Amino acid sequence: MARAAVSGRLAERLRWRVARLVSFGDETEAARTLVFDVPGWPGHLAGQHVDVRLTAEDGYTAQRSYSVASAPAGSQVELTVQRVADGEVSPYLADVLEVGDQIELRGPVGGWFVWRAEDTAPVLLVAGGSGIVPLMAMLRVRRAAGSRAPFRLVYSIRTPEDRYYQPELRHDDPGVDVTYLYTRKAAPDGARPPGRISAADLHSAGWPAEFEPACYVCGPTGFVESAADLLVSLGHDPSRIRTERFGPTGG
Amino acid sequence: MTYELAERYEDGNALAGPLAEIFAVDITSATGRCTECGTSGPVATLRVYVHAPGMVARCPECDHVVLRLVRGPDSAWLDLRGTVSLRFPLPPATD
Repeated sequence: MARAAVSGRLAERLRWRVARLVSFGDETEAARTLVFDVPGWPGHLAGQHVDVRLTAEDGYTAQRSYSVASAPAGSQVELTVQRVADGEVSPYLADVLEVGDQIELRGPVGGWFVWRAEDTAPVLLVAGGSGIVPLMAMLRVRRAAGSRAPFRLVYSIRTPEDRYYQPELRHDDPGVDVTYLYTRKAAPDGARPPGRISAADLHSAGWPAEFEPACYVCGPTGFVESAADLLVSLGHDPSRIRTERFGPTGG
Repeated sequence: MTYELAERYEDGNALAGPLAEIFAVDITSATGRCTECGTSGPVATLRVYVHAPGMVARCPECDHVVLRLVRGPDSAWLDLRGTVSLRFPLPPATD
């Protein structure tokens, strides 16, 4: 399992594999989690992503990258896809694909934005919108491995309705603190007025810089830039801040 | 709008899949050095513009083009002229 990434070497050449949809569930109005069975899946690390390729009947292909949402579990791979208006790929994955349908997938790829269960340092996860996906994989791997590394998740979304993984993130995971930041509409019981992530948010919901936490920031480019800058301004060492930006390509 | 154009990038993590077709190890965890300003950092932290023909990776410090990759139907073209060196983390060498 995940031998490739552990040794830094790819266990085998990257190749396209057939992935069959076995189930799906909606996270929000705009996002759906898809569970694929991928025979021969070599396993993955939390934070890695896959490339998905769709081929039309006329041979036209479109390719996108998606973070894996699940902890490694045999040949099953879960992706959460946010529907991008006018997108080529995401509306198909989120609306059209039915159980039993097949797509092509290759991976896992990426060895930098990853968390390993052997890591014992405190972890700060900072998610903007659908940037929660690879961070959720980290929380799931932590739980699956019985890790006691202390985690804090700061999750910025527009409204309470935009939260992914709700039943699961709400249930109490010992050693994991979750803070939601709403940018447009606060929760009914929320004391914090809606607004973008601030130094005060990261100060109160994150770790002190002296704890030397590993920081993982994922979201749209603008969000990642400002969250990473805020962490540096709070004294976090830039070498301990890992970022993953979602580009504008989406779709 | 220039501001928007400047924002239209992803980071070096986006290179992981395309470059895994070429390299035997993960290149996004490798440390690269920019020929222009000498900054060293993980390839994962480069700014990658995917709206150019192919992918163009720029130095996050000075914006110099560090790496370009074009994948054609039957070949890949990798331009590393902006890269002094790449240092790959590897397990201990065995004989």
